[in-house]
Amino acid sequence: MIIAIEITYLISSILFILGIKYLGSPKTARKGNLYAAIGMFLAIAATLLDQQVLTFEWIIIGGLIGSIAGLIMAYKTPMTGMPQMVGMLNGFGGGASLLVALSEYFKKNPNYPVDQGAIFNLPIDQGVAIILSLLIGGITFTGSMIAFGKLQGLVTGKVVKYPLQHPFNALLVLLVLGAGAYVVMFPSMMALVLMITGVSLVLGVLLVLPIGGADMPVAISLLNSYSGIAGSMTGFVLGNNELIIAGALVGASGIILTNIMCKAMNRSLMNVVLGGWANAGSASTTSSTTSPKGDVKSIDSEELAMLLDSVGSVIIVPGYGMAVGQAQHAVRDLTNVLEKKGIKVRFAIHPVAGRMPGHMNVLLAEAQVSYDKLYAMEDINDDFNNTDVVIVIGANDVVNPAARHDQSSPIFGMPILNVDYAKTVIINKRSMSAGYAGIDNELFFYPNALMYFGDSKDAMTKLVNEIKNL
Amino acid sequence: MEEYLFLMHVYVFALAIFVGFELITKVPPTLHTPLMSGSNAISGITIVGAILSAGLEQFTISTILGLIAVAFAMINVVGGFLVTDRMLKMFKKK
Repeated sequence: MIIAIEITYLISSILFILGIKYLGSPKTARKGNLYAAIGMFLAIAATLLDQQVLTFEWIIIGGLIGSIAGLIMAYKTPMTGMPQMVGMLNGFGGGASLLVALSEYFKKNPNYPVDQGAIFNLPIDQGVAIILSLLIGGITFTGSMIAFGKLQGLVTGKVVKYPLQHPFNALLVLLVLGAGAYVVMFPSMMALVLMITGVSLVLGVLLVLPIGGADMPVAISLLNSYSGIAGSMTGFVLGNNELIIAGALVGASGIILTNIMCKAMNRSLMNVVLGGWANAGSASTTSSTTSPKGDVKSIDSEELAMLLDSVGSVIIVPGYGMAVGQAQHAVRDLTNVLEKKGIKVRFAIHPVAGRMPGHMNVLLAEAQVSYDKLYAMEDINDDFNNTDVVIVIGANDVVNPAARHDQSSPIFGMPILNVDYAKTVIINKRSMSAGYAGIDNELFFYPNALMYFGDSKDAMTKLVNEIKNL
Repeated sequence: MEEYLFLMHVYVFALAIFVGFELITKVPPTLHTPLMSGSNAISGITIVGAILSAGLEQFTISTILGLIAVAFAMINVVGGFLVTDRMLKMFKKK
């Protein structure tokens, strides 16, 4: 039986790997997800046959509660709410790892629940794995809940600063590691194990609270990675290879995404995690008062419709503003009316547009925009030169040319979409206010830039109607 | 024997990380959100540990922790796979 269970775990691990492999292309991605789901089903089935599992009522109750909650979340969450949903799922993964590690600790303790005066021998590797599961799982759980709160608007999306922030957090981490080392040597210190759990949960809150809204793509990716690593650590506690493999895959995935997000902002991970950009932003707003001022030209929907009537190519640049305004369907309608006129329409998507990796792509997919029209920054950046009109919808910092030439700008060096190279740039925004980095965008003052003010959804709907009425 | 087993686990962990890096660098940006939710569902594999705790013969604190862990991991598994499928269904080429 043990061999049958182990072989099932092996098959399940292979299905996870194949699943992620197939997730690499939009054509096979659904199949990949299905493979991974079958792998999970097999793993659960094999575990239920384990000889340790003797009672089923609690498993069934927990399983039912979780399944119903998961089902509701999966079908009730609107596509604009995906960052929150993913944030919350990360948290439950971390939470489960924490609970399993804690439970294993109690299971292995011979003096619990009844003190038998026995010696508690915990192999060092298992002790270390339990402590790390508690630490990473705890941080992931509460950190993800804070990230969820920020994305849902329940917790402030601003950068939160508190006195002695970094020394205090460093102290807490040292406290956990010190107490952890002690527990590894003297495993019967139950109070310390509970303290480590508590401090880890507090750390999650303190570490994510300072991170600002637009840095959420990094935070979510990093927490995704943590949830995987916590799973791997739990695998070490249980001595189960499948948990180690699955956790490592997820951990690697999160790290890669985190890295992509950081590169796209030209910032180090430390800088993002410590809530750094806002520092730079506030320091330079005073120095950048000399930034280019001048005339801002605006355009209304009727004029814009006429302008678009005679062009050959358009690139649309969506940003978080499109998600907030839920304008993806109106943007799809705009694409359709423009294409009907024979205009070539493409989308340029900056890696950190929105609140999580791939956020814009999912929204546009929901609005049934064909995915082959969506271009990553490096694939389209050279094409702005020979494009007639660029329409920027609710994006700001990622199209600020200051990133290319203004060494005093906090976003200097960040890769941007070169929208200013196009013949005309239309910028749809609600107002002239600054973007997340807290700096003015000199693009708005460029001679080839035209502001098209208004809520993204209203503005696009109006524009579509004007074009139809021409 | 104990040390040998532990080393085997480290071995598996290191190789799996490399496999993960190889596979995931090939995922295009357009699929990054489904990749996250899908990998989230996979990290629900902690359900294995949760079941081993919740299914103990005797009812102890481990059972309670296991019960909550089963619920948490199951949210991850069911929510993660279903929402990923819901998203991927929308990715169409015309």
